Amino acid sequence: MSGFHASLRAWALGLCALALQGTAQATLPIAHWSLASGAQVYLIHSPTIPMVDVQIDFDAGARRDPADQSGLANLTASSTAYGVRAQGGSPALDENALSDAWADLGASFGGSAGADRMSFSLRSLTEPAVLAKAVALAARQLGTPSYPEAPWLRDRPKLVASLKEANTRPATLAARAFSRAVYGEHPYGYESTEASLGRISVADMQRLHALSLRACNARLSIVGALERAQAERVAQALLALLPAGPCTPAAAVPEVAPLAAAHEERIAFASAQAHVLVGQPGVKRSTPDFFALTVGNHILGGGGFTARLTEEVREKRGLTYSVYSAFAPGLHAGAFTIGLQTRPDQADEALALVRQVLAQFVEQGPSPAELQAAKDNLVGGFALRLDSNRKLLDNLVNIAWNQLPLDYLETWGAQVERLTPADIRTAFARALQPQKMVTVVLGAQ
Amino acid sequence: MHCLKRRAWALVLLLAAGVAAAQDTSTKSYTLANGMRLIVRPDHRAPTAVHMLWVRVGSMDEVDGVSGVAHVLEHMMFKGTPTVKAGDFSRRVAALGGRENAFTSKDYTGYFQQIPADRLEQVMRLEADRFAHNQWSDEEFRKELEVVKEERRLRTEDSPRARLSEALYAVAYTASSYRRPIVGWMNDLEALQPDDARAFYRRWYTPANAAVVVAGDVEPDAVYALAQKIYGDLSGPAVPERKPRQEPPQGGLRRLDFKAPAEQASVTLAFKIPSLAGAALQGPPDAASQDALALTVLAAVLSGYDNARLDRTLTQGPDPVADSAGAHCGLGDRGPALCMLFGVPATGKTAAQVEAALRAQVGLLAREGVAEAELQRVKNQWVASEVYQQDSVFNQARILGTHWAAGLPLDADALLIARLRAITAQQVQDVAARYFGDDELTVATLLPQPVDKNRKPRTATPGLRH
Repeated sequence: MSGFHASLRAWALGLCALALQGTAQATLPIAHWSLASGAQVYLIHSPTIPMVDVQIDFDAGARRDPADQSGLANLTASSTAYGVRAQGGSPALDENALSDAWADLGASFGGSAGADRMSFSLRSLTEPAVLAKAVALAARQLGTPSYPEAPWLRDRPKLVASLKEANTRPATLAARAFSRAVYGEHPYGYESTEASLGRISVADMQRLHALSLRACNARLSIVGALERAQAERVAQALLALLPAGPCTPAAAVPEVAPLAAAHEERIAFASAQAHVLVGQPGVKRSTPDFFALTVGNHILGGGGFTARLTEEVREKRGLTYSVYSAFAPGLHAGAFTIGLQTRPDQADEALALVRQVLAQFVEQGPSPAELQAAKDNLVGGFALRLDSNRKLLDNLVNIAWNQLPLDYLETWGAQVERLTPADIRTAFARALQPQKMVTVVLGAQ
Repeated sequence: MHCLKRRAWALVLLLAAGVAAAQDTSTKSYTLANGMRLIVRPDHRAPTAVHMLWVRVGSMDEVDGVSGVAHVLEHMMFKGTPTVKAGDFSRRVAALGGRENAFTSKDYTGYFQQIPADRLEQVMRLEADRFAHNQWSDEEFRKELEVVKEERRLRTEDSPRARLSEALYAVAYTASSYRRPIVGWMNDLEALQPDDARAFYRRWYTPANAAVVVAGDVEPDAVYALAQKIYGDLSGPAVPERKPRQEPPQGGLRRLDFKAPAEQASVTLAFKIPSLAGAALQGPPDAASQDALALTVLAAVLSGYDNARLDRTLTQGPDPVADSAGAHCGLGDRGPALCMLFGVPATGKTAAQVEAALRAQVGLLAREGVAEAELQRVKNQWVASEVYQQDSVFNQARILGTHWAAGLPLDADALLIARLRAITAQQVQDVAARYFGDDELTVATLLPQPVDKNRKPRTATPGLRH
């Protein structure tokens, strides 16, 4: 599938879901309940295919990494694959026995951490014999990983080598410079380095696991061919080996500081393309402007071939293959980013154009026709956001993690439909200050 | 729009309540009077559909000097017809609530729209219009050619491993057109003329060389009726003769080194192997096809799941030789197949050591064979993946289109899994012994160079800009 006409880019606001006007009277088919431990469970029963997807999220993402141990949360999650302790009558499994067991089941389980969340994902067939084994094994990998030292010491140099390799690539170098400038000291800007990985031990992983992964903190999202009663048993079983509690509130993480002044960085680099990034700290997921910014960004640079940035930079002038804008709303103000790549001698022309399009959009907002086109696409195409178990899971996780109302999907369309051009203009004016943005240009000539 | 919103809502209720209508999900195939194929796969889980138009033409159908033209034409298909001006195709699909894109490979070119199912007729009309009447100015072509050159810079020029792979194909093949990159050589792009793309379009975009694939919340016979109305009257020339350009026997090891700014070396061993014949899936398989199937099983035994043989032996242990390693064997493409073994040396190890370790693993399979448990593990994965892949309507359509392009039967996927499940440990051991010698082998090594930030970029710059 090489040679795609354009990158199939994730929709700019990440996991947020689109829905239709709240005309339907039906109750949303999302079941939600709490386990005795306090764990929150969300279920969408999707019966057609004999399979199930489960995602388990914890407030244990990289934003809580110690400044000198960047990467700890992600490694704590992913290193559960190194093996599990003996449990009940079952013997301990090393990394190979564990991966063989998953392969034998035709199921998969794995962990990772983003800035906010530590997440574990299970996919299994729902054939009872397989599902029971998969859930039991997932519970062990989630609850009683063995964190052996040898594989971590073996793999750490591989990670360092791949970091060094990434640091020879223009896209990585530009993104890192941009992240440092936008986030300053905030953990959202932490990057793993040889030094930070060198300070992480399996004891640190074990400690973070014990401290953060408690059943009372877990949010489970389940989509698949499971009835409520079956899902209840699966949820219980998955968390059975985690400590139930206590769940005391973790220390607050500071907010991302706004930028005091514009900042421009020019980095010399010999590559076939210059990389241009423009942006600033954006918004939190909880902003009341969420819908206005979502739809506005769709018009500015998030909506495929028809977005303004694509029209101006690519379609009219042939300056780039890919240009985009995106918000990254999280528990803190994730970056607003505009990005593109172009031939080194065109970087300044493209940068000037992007700045002009952005300034004009922030000042004037969208035209009524642009807004109507965005509504037609987003609301009209709503069903495309829910037409697989995988997509349903993303929506369910969004609701579970952000504690959105269970009728969130029901009311989303109405929230989009009632936006006016003025709503979007004022939301962008609140969120963005084009005169105080970070600019990174790497490899211009 | 209101009707649409209600339909979208019904989706959630359907999935939720478990009231999935009794459905016949068997794939139906039709041939229109003009030779165009129609393939329909109903999937009524959601009120959406994907509509794809496939053309059996890709970079392998190009000739020297105009490499990349199939892909450039794919871009130009978004640039208008006498009744739809440049950019309006995308605007109209967006207004229907749709998403769209296109793709070009060595073997085929495809265009798709994902839409609410009740918008199928509208996107069919748009697609049929550009299939038959694509038209644009030289000026539009020159602008879009710059976009394609940026795409090549992004995906290839600045990616050492992509350039290594490009160089590998160029050395492994001499007669076969698989030796050229899909995106085209940069100098060919610089020299490409609007009429090159127009001629390619007129030659290959003919109904008898195309298939429409529709998957989703649709009824096959209703789609057939629509397709007859919308695509059935299109006419075009006969499909041009295709020169086979068969690759002659290699007759000896080929090696290439490729230098690029990087930290890590990498090495790829590419062995020429037989392809699967389409007929082998329906009748009794011929010997070469059996070997192709056994080689696919072999690759899965080597690296088809986490910590399979190559991981375990090359990247684990107290003194691992590689940071990563893998194997992949081609199977059902239009052109010739390669079986690739590849790895990234660990710090302090050399590409030569990784090459030796990869070959030692194949040697071990040839000598000692494969354990039944390993074989079963690989087969279990395929069985499960057959279920998981039903989750994506888009993927179902893509697989059907790929099989059509390769001349395989519609149910190739199920037949393929059945054939693979029948492969024995003895067959895997046999092909390990027979296909991994030197005579049909090309070895490509990436030699990392220091990154010099002030070096002039290696690509020619403003010279040919329009």
